[in-house]
Amino acid sequence: MPDFDLTLPDPTIPGFEVDRYELRERPAYSFVPDRRDFLKLLGGGLVVLLALQSPAEAQESGGGARRGGPGGQATPQDIGAWLHIAESGLITVYTGKVEMGQNIRTSLAQAVAEELRTSPGRIELVMGDTMLTPFDIGTVGSMTTPIMAPQLHKVAAAAREMLLDLAAQQFQAGRATLTLADGQIVNPATGKSLTFGELTKGRKLTRTITADAQVTPATEWKIAGHDLHKVNARSIVTGKERYTSDLKLPGMLYGRVVRPAAFNATLASLETKQADQLPGVLTVHDGNFVGVACDDSAKLDQAAAAVKADWKAPAQTNSRELFAHLKSRAAKAADWQPDPSGDVHVEATYQVPYIAHTPLEPRAAVANWEGDHLTVWTGTQRPFGVRTELAQAFGLPEDKIRVIVPPTGSGYGGKHTGECAVEAARLAKAAGKPVKLQWTREDEFTWAYFRPAGVIDVRGSARKDGAITSWQFHNYNSGNAAIRSPYNIPNQIAEFHATDSPLRQGSYRGLAASANHFARESHMDELARAAGMEPAAFRLKNAADPRLRAVIEAATERFRWGRAKSRRGQGFGMMAGFDKGGYVSACIELTVLNGKVRIDRIVQSFECGAIVNPDQLKNQIAGGTIMGIGGALFEAVEFENGRILNPRLSKYRVPRFSDLPEIDIVLVDRKDLPSAGAGETPIVAVAPAVANAIFDATGKRLRSLPLKLDA
Amino acid sequence: MDLVVNGVRHSIRNGPARPLLAVLRDELDLTGTKYGCGEGQCGACTVLLDGAPVRSCLTPAKAAEGKQITTIEGLESNGQLHPVQQAFLDADALQCGYCTAGMIMSSVGLLKKNPNPAEPEIRSGLQGNLCRCGTYPRIVQAVRMAAQNNGGRHA
Ligand code: FES
Ligand code: FES
Repeated sequence: MPDFDLTLPDPTIPGFEVDRYELRERPAYSFVPDRRDFLKLLGGGLVVLLALQSPAEAQESGGGARRGGPGGQATPQDIGAWLHIAESGLITVYTGKVEMGQNIRTSLAQAVAEELRTSPGRIELVMGDTMLTPFDIGTVGSMTTPIMAPQLHKVAAAAREMLLDLAAQQFQAGRATLTLADGQIVNPATGKSLTFGELTKGRKLTRTITADAQVTPATEWKIAGHDLHKVNARSIVTGKERYTSDLKLPGMLYGRVVRPAAFNATLASLETKQADQLPGVLTVHDGNFVGVACDDSAKLDQAAAAVKADWKAPAQTNSRELFAHLKSRAAKAADWQPDPSGDVHVEATYQVPYIAHTPLEPRAAVANWEGDHLTVWTGTQRPFGVRTELAQAFGLPEDKIRVIVPPTGSGYGGKHTGECAVEAARLAKAAGKPVKLQWTREDEFTWAYFRPAGVIDVRGSARKDGAITSWQFHNYNSGNAAIRSPYNIPNQIAEFHATDSPLRQGSYRGLAASANHFARESHMDELARAAGMEPAAFRLKNAADPRLRAVIEAATERFRWGRAKSRRGQGFGMMAGFDKGGYVSACIELTVLNGKVRIDRIVQSFECGAIVNPDQLKNQIAGGTIMGIGGALFEAVEFENGRILNPRLSKYRVPRFSDLPEIDIVLVDRKDLPSAGAGETPIVAVAPAVANAIFDATGKRLRSLPLKLDA
Repeated sequence: MDLVVNGVRHSIRNGPARPLLAVLRDELDLTGTKYGCGEGQCGACTVLLDGAPVRSCLTPAKAAEGKQITTIEGLESNGQLHPVQQAFLDADALQCGYCTAGMIMSSVGLLKKNPNPAEPEIRSGLQGNLCRCGTYPRIVQAVRMAAQNNGGRHA
């Protein structure tokens, strides 16, 4: 049986694809400590390692040995996760994934607890530390649930079997007669029991498994798949949880980067005399990098302002010309096929702007040098990627660098890169002391990367009975994910066109899928109306996939779709879709008054295979839906000539309490299917359903995000 | 200059323009209070001054002299969570948790003024606090639960 490989989308999950902008390559070299060093660190007890194996490798070598070290053993970069049960009974799981609010610290503990038949509270997770945890490509693309959770089920199940073997020996009893309960193995015949710790005492047992371990089927889950509150919630509500920006090292200074006046600028001249004279202030200049560090964070504004820097920047485009720019710079224009089919034809263009992740915690890093060893604490979704960036920036081998990810004030795909870590390390190097750098909100709005903007041209045709006869879909710049229509269309054309992006762009929660769903589901509505059909019936007419039909039926039924309007300005809109292993459908009720849109109610149905934790899943869906309201109604990055024009929360509107509609989530649980992640897909539902409801309310078709009516 | 934080008197560095946020976080190491924007837009830095919520990023330390400053670290008493903290736990009203301290402090302030707020009053009372993870529905629920547990009568 093939195992999962963290680096590639899992082929067994239908429709699974990594977003175009998400990095998916392992570094060419990875100089991590030898596996024996790790095991020494762990001490006595029982260790289970999960070897990664692609199907091809398994056939080639019969084991995980190809990249392995001496004796055909896998080295740490071939290990997906490991679990340690110490003599004290402490159960520790090591994974390179990180917690950013998506709650995997809890859901992964549940997976392990399930297999060990113990309480999740007994399980410690060590996450995202390049010295202690296995290599991981990054917490990206909603891959944790489909890939890491099954791996941990296997590792923990193997540990359980080893413990049962040990107990059978000690009790001189048949394995099958023994039972597990909360950290113990009991022999019901004698009433004797031994804790996991007692069983491992005085031994050091290591097993490397691949994928053969017998895991508990989802239908029998007692811990996984059930509601459980966040394991670290108490430390958060008491203010004790230390995020990166809260860390403090002895002698630590506070840093600030003096930013260029525009993107792509180079430093023309620099005068630091005034800043250098401020007590306790250090200025740092290296090429185009200019920064200050001082012993009091309250002095940073003054210190940075005292640095006089002149920058030279080329002329650059602006947000008003963005969409023309994207289309005119495309490598290859759309090749439209003649379309004589169908009774009705609709052509339209949809546009999405750049938007900003705006995590509430702006990027932060604390860097500390000890000789030529560098340790950086930073909130990133890719600790190993950041380690590589640091190694390149400072010309160091990776084994001299340790990256640790503390709790992080979220990322939504925005914290994949390591610029803040590199900047902090540069300041710390000059200072000869540890330095904490917390980006200002303006830094975060300007120097992070954005969700790609895009232009999407669509042409569709349908017969009078509602059957879609042709579909051509061309996306410029926003990406490939969910670009193909999930409806039953015989000869659809869906193409992505790379072009020149005026701003730096990157991953975002459901980035391309949001744009593609907005265009497709708006166009479905336009086509339905042209064919004189009711939008839900039109979608069902063209939906052959039973999972797609199931979510449409679940959402429309709960919403009571088809009822008559009861108020002036009221509008109903719907959508359906599929991305990253999850099926979604949403129905929205809103009110348009004096050109203002108020979303009153959202019913969203969601199906992502077997549900791991329904309560947390609903929280994730509601969170994604609320974030989607921002992209649908308010958010757009405005820029001109290399500058961001709205880099503050007072100018860039994100959803607040007053925007909160009634949200009703209908979960469709499919215990027979593998679980997929839910951090991203729900966000795609909002914009198209809102656009369709605005049309229903006003007769105006808005094709550009954010959706704005002229008053 | 002296500041009284969570019932304890601290003598702090001088400099009247220093924002209270920097003093709390960097000087007193009370890092439960967060920076999110520095312009009064996000509420992550909310603390109580004599029981009323203020944005510590815009409050000069000087303005807090002679007042009772309460931060998230000072809500617990004798190992007992404040009813609002308990309600945030029970309603699981957090995702990344970065906004949570500010949300709790604003909610405590709100319940002091209005011990039994209706849902629209909760929403407008917390309008200045951002949760980018979108945990709003559960936060509203948590404040209602806290109100039922007499959250307004505590600190
Ligand atoms: S940091 Fe004070 S309101 Fe945002
Ligand atoms: S929980 Fe992340 S910002 Fe509120």
